[in-house]
Amino acid sequence: MAISITVNGTQYETDAPSETPLLWVLRDELGLTGTKFGCGIAACGACTVHLDGQAVRSCQVPLSDVDGDVTTIEGLAETRYRALQDAWARNQVAQCGFCQSGQIMQAADLLAEIPEPSDADIDAAMGGNLCRCGTYTGIRAAIHDAARALNGGGAG
Amino acid sequence: MSRLGKITRRTLLVGAVAVAGGAAFGVYQIRRPVENPLRPEEGVTLNPYVIIDQSGISIIAPRAEMGQGVHTTLAALVAEELDADWEAVRVLHGPPAAAYFNGALAHGALPVADYAMRDWQRRVTDGLGAASKLLGLQVTGGSTSTVDAFERMRLAGAGAREALKAVAAERLGVAVAELRTEKGHVIAPDGSEIDYRDLAEEAATRDVPRVDLRPQSEWKLLGRSLPRSDMQAKVSGAAQFSTDIVLPGMKCATVRICPYLGGGMERFDPAPALEVPGVEHVLDLGNGVAVVARNTWAAMQGAEAVEIDWTQSPLPTSTEAMFEQIAEAFDERHNSRMRNDGRPDDQEAQLEVEYRVPFLAHSTMEPMGATAWLQDGHLTLWVGNQAPREHLKVAAEAAGLSEEDVTLHTVFLGGGFGRRVETDVTRQAAMIAAMLPGIPIRLTWSREEDMRHDFYRPAAIARIRGAVAEGRATLFDAKIAAPSVTRQAIGRLAGREMGGPDKGHVEGAFDQPYAIPHYRVAGHLADLDVPVGFWRAVGNSFNGFFHESFIDELAHAAGRDPLHFRLDHVAPESAVAAGVLDAVRDLSDWDSPLPEGRARGVAMTWSFGTPTAVVLELDKTDGPIRITRAFMACDPGLVLDPAIVRAQMESGLIYGLSAALLGEITFTEGRADQGNFPDYDGLRIFNSPRIDVTILQENPHMGGVGEPGTPPAMPALANALYALTGQRARSLPLIHQADFLI
Repeated sequence: MAISITVNGTQYETDAPSETPLLWVLRDELGLTGTKFGCGIAACGACTVHLDGQAVRSCQVPLSDVDGDVTTIEGLAETRYRALQDAWARNQVAQCGFCQSGQIMQAADLLAEIPEPSDADIDAAMGGNLCRCGTYTGIRAAIHDAARALNGGGAG
Repeated sequence: MSRLGKITRRTLLVGAVAVAGGAAFGVYQIRRPVENPLRPEEGVTLNPYVIIDQSGISIIAPRAEMGQGVHTTLAALVAEELDADWEAVRVLHGPPAAAYFNGALAHGALPVADYAMRDWQRRVTDGLGAASKLLGLQVTGGSTSTVDAFERMRLAGAGAREALKAVAAERLGVAVAELRTEKGHVIAPDGSEIDYRDLAEEAATRDVPRVDLRPQSEWKLLGRSLPRSDMQAKVSGAAQFSTDIVLPGMKCATVRICPYLGGGMERFDPAPALEVPGVEHVLDLGNGVAVVARNTWAAMQGAEAVEIDWTQSPLPTSTEAMFEQIAEAFDERHNSRMRNDGRPDDQEAQLEVEYRVPFLAHSTMEPMGATAWLQDGHLTLWVGNQAPREHLKVAAEAAGLSEEDVTLHTVFLGGGFGRRVETDVTRQAAMIAAMLPGIPIRLTWSREEDMRHDFYRPAAIARIRGAVAEGRATLFDAKIAAPSVTRQAIGRLAGREMGGPDKGHVEGAFDQPYAIPHYRVAGHLADLDVPVGFWRAVGNSFNGFFHESFIDELAHAAGRDPLHFRLDHVAPESAVAAGVLDAVRDLSDWDSPLPEGRARGVAMTWSFGTPTAVVLELDKTDGPIRITRAFMACDPGLVLDPAIVRAQMESGLIYGLSAALLGEITFTEGRADQGNFPDYDGLRIFNSPRIDVTILQENPHMGGVGEPGTPPAMPALANALYALTGQRARSLPLIHQADFLI
């Protein structure tokens, strides 16, 4: 039986089994490969997407539980959190880049909750997102930078 | 300036060939024809670095972009001389081709410490570089990419520029000298502009003028921090890694290979897997199975469901037994003694200690993966890899095809760290694609498969004797035992046994710039068949820990400050290395004491041509020990992109600290006990230090930057722990020995 989900404003029908995690529906069924697989057990954050505006680990959300709008990294540029992608580029954060979709989606969730996060807020919110290249200095700087831009303080 | 200036200029010749609507400019290699890598210009012996056609300027970067920023720096080498518009340049991974050899890899081949290399020795290694051309090793590794490309890619850009100007001069009826170039255009004396795209096709039909390279004082791109060429794709989700290729009718696969390393598969029953919704095929790979399904999740569920009887591993049954086997190497004659100063045997030791470090996994963020498609007898692969020619060769073998019938696209690597030199996943993808002709296959390993089928950083043991007198070290006598990465990994890569003294096994210990009268480092190769491979900084990753931990012990035995003790021994050997110690002392405010509950540790390792010093600050005043600050100073010589150097230093540090604090692979019955990040984690944002980096450019020779930050991070952490608690850690990881914030 086909299930209908809305991703980045577009409605998709999929006949994937309802227990299939959202991650694999996005990547393999819908061809939205910006969301990454890192661990499969919610231990690395690479698969982070938004479900009704909340960050979730898409490897842990079965298709049958997708009861709201999904936003992935491919759709983030259409939201106000494009500011994060711009800040990421200004601060030249990415190295290999594999974890960065998840980092940015998690950071968007943080800024939605706390528009001007402290370093401690960033530590608490971003601790579940692993980066083996060690880009944490850049991630922290880019989050502060994006927060300034979003709060009208201008970039940089 | 650099050694490259003297040696390679006379052997490099720039040429051009026609491509549809434009020209490809590149460099002819030494006087030996090599296969042309770009189809369809077969028979032409040019390896292109820049293509100018109607779509614009594309720069070919024949090294893997795995996060280290190499595409940006290699492209800037061409763009600098070409006067291309940086924002408009596209950067492509080069195809597998013998012409794109890595000549700089051989610089590490002589049994001489880099800091002490004489000019004649550099010339000899350049000769060895020519030999590696013949081997056709197109490898990204050893922190060598920029050094290798420094001359040839600028020459390609300069030759292209002058060829385009020559066409424009003829067209305009003016002298070449009257023309300038800027942002992808030739500019006439009257200010009118001609786009390179309108000149390229004609430029391909004539000889490329010989040109001199611009002096450093005229550089506009090199030496500056440029916007990375891969950044936009990586923040938008558009960057394509091995399993992000979307093809018509594609199926998703995963593998389940015998986890008892060296063991095999006795029998398997695919029936339970075929009952999993979405599973379509269960394939026999010999030592395990591949499961092919409509999506990766179904494939992974299916792989779990296959009933398999494995055969046993021939490895020792416990990690302890493995260490015993490594220790047995001390009873055998040494393989190398590349440092042997004074008369160590005649000296009485005041300190005799043993250090141990564990096996480590690479644990790249992206688990191993590849995409493969066999269509009408031609196999096409997309795989992020560090050795495309080897991957192509292995894929051809696995699919039963000739190499001409295989095309390999190198895509972005979701972390490399040495792991993606290995061809195992490419072999599997080619096998699966060959069994299912016509069906594109997206092969993704589970994290568990990735962690349990690595080519690990070897476990290693060091036994070191030392003595001090009057505040100075008088004896440093080390024996190092471990399985040999060089023998295993180069053997797999080159297909033959590597004999002789193994420099990689003792690098980071024998080649350090300390003046110690009785100074000896012996390498002992252990006979243990755990798969081992290149792991960021290779031998330096364990020898840096051994050497710099023991130097610290000697400093304390001598009652000296560990940083000033180092400076006293380093300054007579190398002003460059003393420079990084001085710089890190200033940066960290080393000479100002810290309050109770906080402490610093220092270490310095010279690896891949770049001395790098690290000071770490620990704090235990608020619960568990936190690594609060890191100070780094490095001297890679001429710096082409400071932001990329800084990013690599930070990255190397975090990778090293992650290993020192948390990293350990242990084995039971030959199977790795760790399977996923909860068992084998890295530092996270909350327990990573704030990092300051000073980059010096006093080193007369260009060194690497991708690896040198890793080795000193580990001993700096252990030395800081000693300063904080008085507890000397002689084994890693530290999490077993102290209460750190994790």
